[in-house]
Amino acid sequence: MSAAPPPPPSTRAVVGALLRKELRLELRTPQVIPAMALFSISTLVVFHFSLQADTVEGALAAGVLTVTLLFSAILGVNRLFVADHEEGGFDGFLLAPVDRTAMLVAKALALGAFLVVLELIAVPAFAFMLLEPGLTGTMLGQTVATLALADVAIAVVGTLVGALAIQTRARDLIVPLIALPLLLPAIIGTAKLLAPTFAAAGAEALPGRWLAIVGLYDLVFGLLAYAVFDFLLED
Amino acid sequence: MSGTRLRALSVATVVTLITGYALAAFVAPMDADQGFIQKIFYLHVPMAIVALCGFIFAGLCAIAHLRTDDAKWDLRAYVAIHISIILGVGVLLTGAIWAKASWGHYWVWDEPTLVSFLIIFLLYATYTPLRFSIEDRDKQARYASVFAITAGAFVPLNFLAVRAATSLVHPRTLSSADNLPGAMRTAFLVCLLGMTLLYVLLWQYEIAHKTTVAQLRALKRRLAGDEGLRPRRSAAPELQVR
Repeated sequence: MSAAPPPPPSTRAVVGALLRKELRLELRTPQVIPAMALFSISTLVVFHFSLQADTVEGALAAGVLTVTLLFSAILGVNRLFVADHEEGGFDGFLLAPVDRTAMLVAKALALGAFLVVLELIAVPAFAFMLLEPGLTGTMLGQTVATLALADVAIAVVGTLVGALAIQTRARDLIVPLIALPLLLPAIIGTAKLLAPTFAAAGAEALPGRWLAIVGLYDLVFGLLAYAVFDFLLED
Repeated sequence: MSGTRLRALSVATVVTLITGYALAAFVAPMDADQGFIQKIFYLHVPMAIVALCGFIFAGLCAIAHLRTDDAKWDLRAYVAIHISIILGVGVLLTGAIWAKASWGHYWVWDEPTLVSFLIIFLLYATYTPLRFSIEDRDKQARYASVFAITAGAFVPLNFLAVRAATSLVHPRTLSSADNLPGAMRTAFLVCLLGMTLLYVLLWQYEIAHKTTVAQLRALKRRLAGDEGLRPRRSAAPELQVR
């Protein structure tokens, strides 16, 4: 006589468990976030010297911030699945009777959280080191709204590309090669949204069309990642 | 596709292409502003349309591959992307020549159609390296299909995003085709048909080639056993023929 098997855990519980695992790993041995943060500061310094500008504003400022955040995010994407791949996390996950999409959601949330922490460091640093107009409330609000949309795009596409690249032999090469073109619509949108925000004469309103385009991008790639992610874990 | 039908398709392609470009060269009126250089339009635009449709077709094949797990759909997607990339090089080159002649620069950044095409081309250029860096054949096929679906959905979205940064130097291809005068329009449509046939023809040839290679390997394996064939890394999908 045997007891009935326990019901499989709900997807929400699985996502919660996986997300806690990611965050605990990063808290115990901070590896990804310090690297991303340091890289973003170094990139800002590089921008200062390569543009030979003490301050930037408008479209140039938007570009500097977008590129800095994007390149730092690529570092995080590169590391996102390394532990699971090398230490057998994938095997453990695949053996568990749970929905595989939970991993996509958990990894995307974890990457999103890393990006938020990165931005909490990089945006003030950018404002302090390079930005010409001083930070105002409107500017801050618009920056937060824009970066939230951009983070969703980077987190979703980054998770998808990271999972795609982890099984290849040249993953550090594959991630930026695929992720940069794939993210370009979101990058264009972010830059277009940040340009009026950082205008020298004070923040102008966000162009609604670009909000819609970046939002649409998030939606389409969210659904797409949800549809295809299962196939990246099958083994 | 069998030999005779492939031959018929080859003849049809050659005839259509010759007719199309003869119409374009001799019948269609000379453009009032741009003169003779405008004739490159009959090469550039059909190539671009066919290449983009090929990318989307590859995405559909990849969906079929993930649903059926049949290697022949992976082969179809691979060949479709392969030929579209080759056409893509042609599109970028002819576009640059035309841009130099009519706008005075080889490359114009504020031109959404050019930029979106370049982005799509760069994205698909990573398809082969991605395949090549995955050794396990099943995994290679599955991952390549995931890439092809993602990139196929990206094609229209990217055009939408880049085009939203409006600039009106580049003619809007599909909507402005209606404004062409009669002879130009006929020539353009015949060229488009010819280019489509050329794409289908090359696609059929490459599929036939890959299938034949797989059959040949299967025969060799039967004669010499597995040690007769060294496994070889390749980006191309491998059909298992018995």
